[in-house]
Amino acid sequence: MTLLKHRLFWPVAALVTLVVVNVIANPNFAKVTMRDGDLYGNPVTILRESAPLMLVALGMTLVIATRGIDLSVGAVMAVSGAVSLTIIADSPDPGSLGTVTVAIVVAVLVALVLGAWNGFLVSVLGIQPIIATLVLMLAGRGVALLITGGAITTVTSAPYKFLSNGYLILLPVAFFIWVAVVAIVALVERRTALGMLTESVGINPEASRLAGVRSRGIILSAYMVSGLLAGVAGIINASNTMAADSNNAGYLIELYAILAVVLGGTSLMGGKFSIAGTVIGVLTVTTLDKTIQFFGVPPAQSPVFFAVVVVIVVLVQSPRVHAWGRAASARMRRTPSGGEPPTGPGAASAAKKREEVAA
Amino acid sequence: MPCQDGPVDEASALVEIAGATVRFGSFTALDGVDFRMFPGEVHSLMGENGAGKSTLIKALTGALRLDEGTVVIDGAARHFSGPRDAQEAGVSTVYQEVDLLENLSVAENIFLGREPRRFGVIDHRAMRRDAAAVLEGLGLSLDPASPLGRHPLAVQQLVAIARAISTDVKVLVLDEPTSSLDLDEVAELFRVIRDLKERGVAILFVSHFLDQVYEMSDRITVLRDGSLVGEYLTTELLRIDLVKKMLGRDVAEIAPREHVVEPEMPADPILSARGLTRAPGITNADVDIAEGEVLGVAGLLGSGRTELARVLTGVDRAHSGIIRIEGKPARLDSPRHAVNLGVVYSSENRRTEGLIGDLSVEENIALALQAQQGALHPISGARRRELALSWIEALGIKPADPDRLVRTLSGGNQQKVMLARLLALSPRVIVLDEPTRGIDVGAKVEIQRLVGELADNGLSVVFISAELEEVLRVGDRVAILREGEVAETVNAASLNPDTLMALVAQPDLPEA
Repeated sequence: MTLLKHRLFWPVAALVTLVVVNVIANPNFAKVTMRDGDLYGNPVTILRESAPLMLVALGMTLVIATRGIDLSVGAVMAVSGAVSLTIIADSPDPGSLGTVTVAIVVAVLVALVLGAWNGFLVSVLGIQPIIATLVLMLAGRGVALLITGGAITTVTSAPYKFLSNGYLILLPVAFFIWVAVVAIVALVERRTALGMLTESVGINPEASRLAGVRSRGIILSAYMVSGLLAGVAGIINASNTMAADSNNAGYLIELYAILAVVLGGTSLMGGKFSIAGTVIGVLTVTTLDKTIQFFGVPPAQSPVFFAVVVVIVVLVQSPRVHAWGRAASARMRRTPSGGEPPTGPGAASAAKKREEVAA
Repeated sequence: MPCQDGPVDEASALVEIAGATVRFGSFTALDGVDFRMFPGEVHSLMGENGAGKSTLIKALTGALRLDEGTVVIDGAARHFSGPRDAQEAGVSTVYQEVDLLENLSVAENIFLGREPRRFGVIDHRAMRRDAAAVLEGLGLSLDPASPLGRHPLAVQQLVAIARAISTDVKVLVLDEPTSSLDLDEVAELFRVIRDLKERGVAILFVSHFLDQVYEMSDRITVLRDGSLVGEYLTTELLRIDLVKKMLGRDVAEIAPREHVVEPEMPADPILSARGLTRAPGITNADVDIAEGEVLGVAGLLGSGRTELARVLTGVDRAHSGIIRIEGKPARLDSPRHAVNLGVVYSSENRRTEGLIGDLSVEENIALALQAQQGALHPISGARRRELALSWIEALGIKPADPDRLVRTLSGGNQQKVMLARLLALSPRVIVLDEPTRGIDVGAKVEIQRLVGELADNGLSVVFISAELEEVLRVGDRVAILREGEVAETVNAASLNPDTLMALVAQPDLPEA
């Protein structure tokens, strides 16, 4: 029962179910092979391809915890990809480590500034987050197109390509990047007081202000982290294709990131957030994406399939559905025994009440 | 007072709850309680926090379902699956914390969910007209089209009552309806209650104010620890007996504090404010607070009690005036500034401006200290736990579990958590706005005792309360606010509640 009550139980259950269904349908789904000392196969691909969404969703988690939302992440990805690839393309030596380092650092800094801009609009000017970030969501891709001169910039640069396509020990570099970023963010949030103060601001901004919390700084920092991580995601994304496609880089990723955050159990109302939950949410979304490919769903129908599965996953996690389930099973047990009380008297209704009390 | 003397006609009960039992997990909130109400009576439900009052009210109003027992209203057994069912059966409720929508108009709030319709759309004109009629019946002159949030809490409360009585109400539940009303408004409310009573409505009146309970109610049902203690005619139950039945023990009288401070202005105040003005609310207020004294603040609602507290603690900025701390002019532009100068504030609204409900007791206690140190200088896990445990013990916070979410605590314990958060900052001046509002008798006495102890240890306390008796008991001096000014400051020892009330309400009255 305590396991059932753990806040990550249902997110994990959804992911595991999804994987199990895939494996039953096609045992090759989980097949991993070793080639030249590196691992290949569907699970490895999922870990690799999760990277951009993972980084974006991580930033989104912090923003959502402050009662905000960041719609601009996809556009920031496009800008970051455009900046880095333009620097590499314009450099005399695109393949050198120095060029790539400069390209990455500049792109990430630009993304950080864009995040700070969002944070400024929200925390200092008090603009509604959805509107504040919509500005950049719409304008950002235009900025990216300006940087690339309207074309899709393509480059050849081995060190840059390594970020998304390379391997370190057994596993892809991109996987290690997101694991490292998750670890750093988790450490920063939980080892410093940033996590608690973020939750405090998200749960009750006014009470936090009266307690002396610098809400502005907290909110600003969340948007900056979100921008920064979107920048890194943009680099990995561009490294994957080795092209800066301003119109399609990170297209709709803000919505998938929000989905992943919610699947991970963080409420859109703000407040309590779970980094581990978001990791699971992202893996669920990416796995679902692979499932669609594996089942050979035609591209035209794949959004419908995706939507249906998402609805099922969300329902499985819904506390209200759980309460209904318990009530139904209690009724089932009662009926055959002729009106006798169920084994746990009032268990279902008591659980429902706990929710109401909690609400 | 019109009262139902002698035994009431058993057959005429409007509400009959029998064997009501509610469990939350292993905790039994209500244990086989019987409860009844008759038409045209005011019935008080008494008990400490945790006695099961709220649970019983929720069962009556459909907010939760009984695990065992029956609810019969108007002769029919009821199985409410929500407050709407209860409303349809004629049971309306006004909760302690106003739960209306501030951004909607007064009229929309009154008719929320049952708006008059014309051709399928809401008929705003009819709604405003009907709302005006309901408000007039309450003796309120309000613009029904004005946004509710623009009105003070007291008016919002009356709108909540207007909402409740605008339905075809048979049973009206008033949960702490007077806790934010001033004397005039209370009188107004009581007039309305008596009127409803004449019309045969059964009124469940829950209040911590014993005076009001005795003034209004015909009968009293006492609960303790989820069980029924008994049902009594008000005229036959002595106050002292009522308190004993509620507590199950004799009340420990708190010894009057040594009144060390002379009634004149302290020579060397730790905090001194001159000409504080912030419209609307306070105009030209002067305040002096000495080290180690409790300055009680008394005044009618609207006299600027809360406004003064907020300006003194940097929550709101004064438009003019000066605040000196230990003689030095201080800029109190934000709560942060005030905290850094050792001036801290506990709001009258614990839920919205005090605690972070979904954080734990420990996190709530550490919050202000952590905020002061900055996010990048975390209090270590071990130290934070130590801090929480030491305050839990020092203030007797129950349950003594630092990981418990603070919203699950009772009001009294939440207030102690709030105090712990402020005291952890080692402040010099602590401003408490209604620290005992809506908490039970036992916790109230404890908070009052704590305030005395803190002052004895050198802390300066500003103690704001609408309960004059409490202001006198806790305060060394009492600042009396009238229309945003500190009209006078008097020695608490020289007053009794009646003379203080005279000062608060009618300045020209000769002192008794």
